[in-house]
Amino acid sequence: MSDSVPAASQSNRGDDFDRRDAAWYVDRLVHLLVFLGGVSAILFILGIFVFITREGLGYLTASFSPSEFFGSIEWRPTSDTKPTYGILALLTGTAAVSGLAMVVAIPFSLGAAIFIGELSEGKTREILKVLVEMLAAIPSVVWGFIGLSIMNPFIIDAFDVPVGLNVLNAGLILGLMAAPIMTTIAEDALKAVPDHYREAAEAMGATRWQVIFRVVLPTAKNGLVAAVLLGVGRAFGETMAVLMASGHSVNMPTSPFDSVRALTATIAAELGETAHGSEHYRVLFTIGIFLFLITFCINLIADLIVRGIRKK
Amino acid sequence: MTMKIAIETHDLSFWYGDFQALFDVNLSIKHGRITSLIGPSGCGKSTLLRSINRINERIGNARSTGQILIHGHDILAPEVELLQVRKEVGMVFQRPNPLPLSIRDNVLFGYRLHHGKRGLKSSERDRIVEKALSKVLLWDSVKDRLDHTATQLSLEEQQKLCIARLLPVQPEVLLMDEPCSALDPSATEAVEELVWDLRDQFTIVLVTHNMAQARRASDECIFMLLGKVIEHSETGEMFVNPSCQETADYIEGRYG
Repeated sequence: MSDSVPAASQSNRGDDFDRRDAAWYVDRLVHLLVFLGGVSAILFILGIFVFITREGLGYLTASFSPSEFFGSIEWRPTSDTKPTYGILALLTGTAAVSGLAMVVAIPFSLGAAIFIGELSEGKTREILKVLVEMLAAIPSVVWGFIGLSIMNPFIIDAFDVPVGLNVLNAGLILGLMAAPIMTTIAEDALKAVPDHYREAAEAMGATRWQVIFRVVLPTAKNGLVAAVLLGVGRAFGETMAVLMASGHSVNMPTSPFDSVRALTATIAAELGETAHGSEHYRVLFTIGIFLFLITFCINLIADLIVRGIRKK
Repeated sequence: MTMKIAIETHDLSFWYGDFQALFDVNLSIKHGRITSLIGPSGCGKSTLLRSINRINERIGNARSTGQILIHGHDILAPEVELLQVRKEVGMVFQRPNPLPLSIRDNVLFGYRLHHGKRGLKSSERDRIVEKALSKVLLWDSVKDRLDHTATQLSLEEQQKLCIARLLPVQPEVLLMDEPCSALDPSATEAVEELVWDLRDQFTIVLVTHNMAQARRASDECIFMLLGKVIEHSETGEMFVNPSCQETADYIEGRYG
């Protein structure tokens, strides 16, 4: 055997230790591209923040009064005599709709996640996962359409109220919208619970439900909280579906059957009709800054919680 | 020497899907002794062990025929409740697997499953915890940190805790699936000594890969090969004077 191997000339061995072949250049190139991709994501976010801040800054520095902005329910941006910009009603509208959405979405999504992650097996599980992901992909305008044309008459009939576009409608729609993404994240959190915990509990005689309730859920607690927070962030920032289903009238809600207007929907509906650089225009951007900060904080908290799990 | 028989199997066969892991296993395992299951990887010793508290039914396509009698009652009978079987037959796993709860809650976990969560006075609770942890020689080192998470303990302490948490429900049988394979030599010695001290009150079945461990830590040995029991005898007898050629070859390390 060894006779047939051509003897390498000993003097040349090691001469090409500094040779760079194609793989080396490809590696460097990919390195650079990935780096640019990562950095640009950060730059874009900063850019967006800088842009909305610059547009809203004119109002914030000139005539911004926190007590009017946050404390007044008078949203009259187009008044000829004295325009007022109070977002309290809009903020309450957003909060009411998001709150109801969570009441709907939390039991739905946790139930679905527990069923998919812990109880179903094989094909059922795979099919359900795909279906939930498909639900998450439904465009928000389609949800708004459902709110407008299906839920609206249904609510009018079922509860005998004059208008079906209200907190209840928007809350249900938003809840159904947020549930799939919450389910997916919650299921990931359940999946991250090591199987030997389940095995240990089962070997001591725990039933399926005892394993879930006493072992899996407490262990996955942080991930589940993160799932809920991301759902809240989603509901808070959602625009189109709320615009279509909430009735879009400035109003302090006192019951689920009151129409409301959300912060996001206000921006979407009014920005196109304002003069560039006008006070109204700048106020809308100020609302944008405010929304950005809220969703940023919610996502940051969720992220920190998820990181907390990984550390353990 | 007449000893009470704790576990008997009659023509026990076991399948994972189409793969048959056990073939007509007939055994009787005595109370108050440590019985080792030995044999090369894939011989079915873990499968046999895990069928004694039916934990291997967690795998969806598992199926068995024959009988496993514990005190004369067939635990494979259709009317048997798994909860009750697992109360009688506790299990210790290869990797220590305390639950991510406090040390106290780990010890009480099984007790609470079987007695309900309420109606447990705190004095009663403390007594149960102290008794179980004392029995595994862990009480002195953990008594001041019962509220700490059990997963922060050393592996040796974790494995002892996994034994301790079985004791409050007073099982008859303790199954141990290579309980020392994740431990260092000194921890192995400590756990072996503990198991040796527990043997009077329980029926202990131990799976091990380690011939030396089987020899020093068990009263009887069962040698398995390809899903069948080849030989079952006193440990001293098997290691000095095995009756089958396969046993002799395995013990002497000619294969496996």
